[in-house]
Amino acid sequence: MTRSVVDAMFRITREPISVLQAMGAVSGPDRGAVATFCGVVRDHHRGRPVRSLEYHAYAPMAERMFAEIAAEAALRRPGTRIAVIHRVGALQIGDLSVVVAAGSAHRADALAGCAFVIDAIKARAPIWKKEFLEDGAVWLEGPDGCGPAAV
Amino acid sequence: MKVQVLLFARYAERAGAPIVEIDVTDGSSLAALWDEIRRRFPALSGDASPLMAIDRAYATPDRQVAPGMEVAFFPPVSGG
Repeated sequence: MTRSVVDAMFRITREPISVLQAMGAVSGPDRGAVATFCGVVRDHHRGRPVRSLEYHAYAPMAERMFAEIAAEAALRRPGTRIAVIHRVGALQIGDLSVVVAAGSAHRADALAGCAFVIDAIKARAPIWKKEFLEDGAVWLEGPDGCGPAAV
Repeated sequence: MKVQVLLFARYAERAGAPIVEIDVTDGSSLAALWDEIRRRFPALSGDASPLMAIDRAYATPDRQVAPGMEVAFFPPVSGG
């Protein structure tokens, strides 16, 4: 199945994320399964309390990379359609930072496609988070948040 | 040759700007361009191995820079 650029949803946004919008973009009468992953701002990291996060992105490259990763997912899991919305700016605890939706005829492809895409995004998409702690702020660098650099 | 370079996240903060203009000789590689940036912004001198992109795709340090390219350097990513 081909998809036009028009109906693809690969987006960096400053606005709150709608999970239903992402799900709608990958749904269809031939899709019996829609899997979603939601990233949520958490109140701790490596044992330290986190007050808030700030996300930054190289937006045009990130959106292009979302599309590339989705194409890779479709090669691995034919017929799987992907949507990605990642938020940037200042986020509070409990806010959604990212949603990945994967729609397919059956659940195995949807679940595997969704997992593949979020893992690839964390490894490759040019997006960064800055953690605001009780005693300052740190940039996280690397997908596991290793190697934080003091500001 | 003057090149506009995009910097992101900690790099932009350290350089004090998200876009910097760098003068390098024609045919310079991304690695040479980054060396020039580190000379100009000592706060970045400790960052020996940035991620590099040309025209919104990852690029290796040996790639040559040409006028009109969109060149970017950034630290390891941490989205999600």
